[in-house]
Amino acid sequence: MEDGIVLTMRGICKNFPGVRALQNVDFTLRKGEIHALMGENGAGKSTLIKVLTGVYDKDAGEIHVDGIDGAVTIRSPQDAQDKGISTVYQEITLCPNLSVAENMYIGRQKGMRVQWKEMEKKTGKLLESLSIPARPKQQLGSCSLAVQQMVAIARAVDAECKVLILDEPTSSLDDKEVEMLFSLMRDLRSRGVGIIFVTHFLEQVYAVSDRITVLRNGELVGEYEVQNLPQVELVSKMMGKELEGLSDLDKAASANASSGEAYYEAEGLSSSEAKPFDFRIAKGEVNGFTGLLGSGRSESVRAIFAADRVTGGKVTVDGKVKNITKPIQAMKAGIGYLPEDRKRDGIIADLSVRENIILALQVMKGFFHPLNRKETEEFADEYIKALEIKTANQDTPIKSLSGGNQQKVILARWLLTHPNYLILDEPTRGIDVGTKTEIQRLVLKLAEEGMSVTFISSEIEEMLRTCSRLIVMRDRKIVGELKGKELTQSNVMYTIAGGGKENAC
Amino acid sequence: MPANKKKSSSGFMQKNSQLLIPLVAILILIIFNLIRDPSFFSIGMVTNNDGYPVLQGNLISIFNGASELVILAMGMTLVTAASGGQDISVGALAAIAGSALVKVLKSTEVITPWTVALGILACCAVAMLFGAFNGTIVSVFRIQPMIATLILFTCGRSIAYWINGGATPTVSSPIITAIGSFIPGCPVPTPILIVIFMGIVLGVLFKTTTLGLYVQTVGINQGAAKLNGINPVAVKLLTFVILGVCCAMAGTIGMSRLSLINHETLLLNVEMDAILAVAIGGNNLGGGKFNLVGSIMGAYAIQALTITLYAMKVPSTDVKAYKAIVIILLVVLGSPVVKEAFRKLKNQISAGRFLKEKGAA
Repeated sequence: MEDGIVLTMRGICKNFPGVRALQNVDFTLRKGEIHALMGENGAGKSTLIKVLTGVYDKDAGEIHVDGIDGAVTIRSPQDAQDKGISTVYQEITLCPNLSVAENMYIGRQKGMRVQWKEMEKKTGKLLESLSIPARPKQQLGSCSLAVQQMVAIARAVDAECKVLILDEPTSSLDDKEVEMLFSLMRDLRSRGVGIIFVTHFLEQVYAVSDRITVLRNGELVGEYEVQNLPQVELVSKMMGKELEGLSDLDKAASANASSGEAYYEAEGLSSSEAKPFDFRIAKGEVNGFTGLLGSGRSESVRAIFAADRVTGGKVTVDGKVKNITKPIQAMKAGIGYLPEDRKRDGIIADLSVRENIILALQVMKGFFHPLNRKETEEFADEYIKALEIKTANQDTPIKSLSGGNQQKVILARWLLTHPNYLILDEPTRGIDVGTKTEIQRLVLKLAEEGMSVTFISSEIEEMLRTCSRLIVMRDRKIVGELKGKELTQSNVMYTIAGGGKENAC
Repeated sequence: MPANKKKSSSGFMQKNSQLLIPLVAILILIIFNLIRDPSFFSIGMVTNNDGYPVLQGNLISIFNGASELVILAMGMTLVTAASGGQDISVGALAAIAGSALVKVLKSTEVITPWTVALGILACCAVAMLFGAFNGTIVSVFRIQPMIATLILFTCGRSIAYWINGGATPTVSSPIITAIGSFIPGCPVPTPILIVIFMGIVLGVLFKTTTLGLYVQTVGINQGAAKLNGINPVAVKLLTFVILGVCCAMAGTIGMSRLSLINHETLLLNVEMDAILAVAIGGNNLGGGKFNLVGSIMGAYAIQALTITLYAMKVPSTDVKAYKAIVIILLVVLGSPVVKEAFRKLKNQISAGRFLKEKGAA
């Protein structure tokens, strides 16, 4: 093996029934580098990672790992770990009901005896050195998702790995936590660990990576050094076409609408999760809630849809006072809600794409008025075409679609109810660049047709691009509102940080 | 339209894979019996005691004997799908329902068709009430179904005992005899007709309401169901009430077969067979997607197995042991591990064939 290279994969192929997930893919990881693995959903990133970690058997190809002679066969994730390849997945794969220390050492101690004291001491030291705000004895489930993620990384780091794989590690972290993670990654790089970084966030790739490997449709597009690959070029390589100007979105119509007649208005609305707040949205307006993760932006829109228990407030919809304490009442008032957590709150995993699309409309029609088969097939066909949902057919279970296509199905579900007011909470999370732009365009098109849309996203650029009015939240309170010329990134940051007087977190 | 045809055929294939285990079970039983005794499935007409021609044969015994189980398995499937757990009180509830029916019949001097109709309505109402009780504990108080129904499982037969003051009263009425055996002039045993009736009722229910979609949605993802305007509490409650009706019908048949109510032995341990029928039918006992036809086939497979064993002159005390062996085989065959192994084998064979053809070419 060449000097300074910790991992090479050559000619990797992997087929699933009907899909060629990987075709002849090469990948090289050097000592002490952060190597971003990029590609749209379904490009084969996850499959490549799973081949490398022994979750899938490869159909063809060779893997070489530094320090081991000859091609290695990785049989299981445990085997991969023994060979120095550790992984932190997008979904946290630890046990929330065990303590932090137990999670650090589960499945790693030798023999039957457990040395609790030592385990806790070591964990404490490690958490401190990585400045992770958790105690060894704390139950993992009581930590925030971000902290759980960091514990998972700490666990991987502690396993003395040569290769560390981070699969979408930042998707549930806020900016400060991302920065913490990055400094941790740089620290590990200087210690000679090779890091494979899988993410959808382009800015993050450029902030931390040394090298980029791009995949498309299961094939290798190429390996590039970061400084030689401008961001626009990366995007076009991922998509396989020149990117249409993202900034060309025309939101003039929406901007004019914000002062118009209100469709939805709430006074002192509160729920079990959200403190009382006032809110209004005009017909055809696109506005958004922004703020750090946990600032209460999701909780506020959940209160509007009555997704949590509503505890008070006066709601007016289209000029009439409405009592909205259950989701069905919100739906009947013309409100649709695409939830933040697609897996937990959105998809009905085992049901077909068709059933997932018609669900909300069916519920609105009522228990005794089932749609007939033909109607449901027509609706499903219409929206699969309109939103370009990639699925084998209508009967495919939604769980076997990629994340972006699942999101489109949920979007189709709400569009089918023809709402007057649509709430989209993180509709573009974990979705590839192309689909992101499609969804943004769709939002603006809907607004032009008179629909009111509330949009939430962790990416401020995206919010600025789509919304004509931003409501800024901090610590579960609305702390400001920005519109028109005030809508700049620095203004949003400034408002989130509280006029510079306080720290951002 | 060719496009539609393709769609429906692929849908059938999907269903097929779930129905594979009950189909295989029934097929094996049929082949086994045909080899053992070619006349096993012969159906004959005989004249019964009342002088009417009726159907007779092992096949009829299987269909007739499985009636209560089939009805209960249908209800159990819905409860399982919606709540991800099983109701173990169905036998006890059937005993309560049967006792309630007897109580009504005994309260009049002459048993007319009207009193029987009233009695069955009353027994349905009682069973629905107890079903709602189970359903409330499961859906409102979020107790695991098996624990929640343990209450009625424990005390149900005592309640049945109280209803008729501790006796095991007999009901002598030609109408009740007709429900338990044959309606004069009709050669098909009445319990089979009741099963068909219940099947049609449920079929109509699925056709005219969104029950199927709601039950599966709630069973797969309760949180998401709620956010789509479905009331999970009501859906779960409804499945338990429907199971209550199924218990009432099973209790009515069971009581009518003997023309007496024995609260201790009526449909004893039937809950386990009902759960088993759901499992053999390829349904996930953790809830979610369900297939009613699978459960029904599962119930018939269980009964066919029992009748086969009896026909082989296996002593009734040993039947359960033999049943257990077959069930172990079925469950293991249907397990994901074995299915995956089969899939791999199939792939290898087809790959081998492909290579061979290539070589030949």
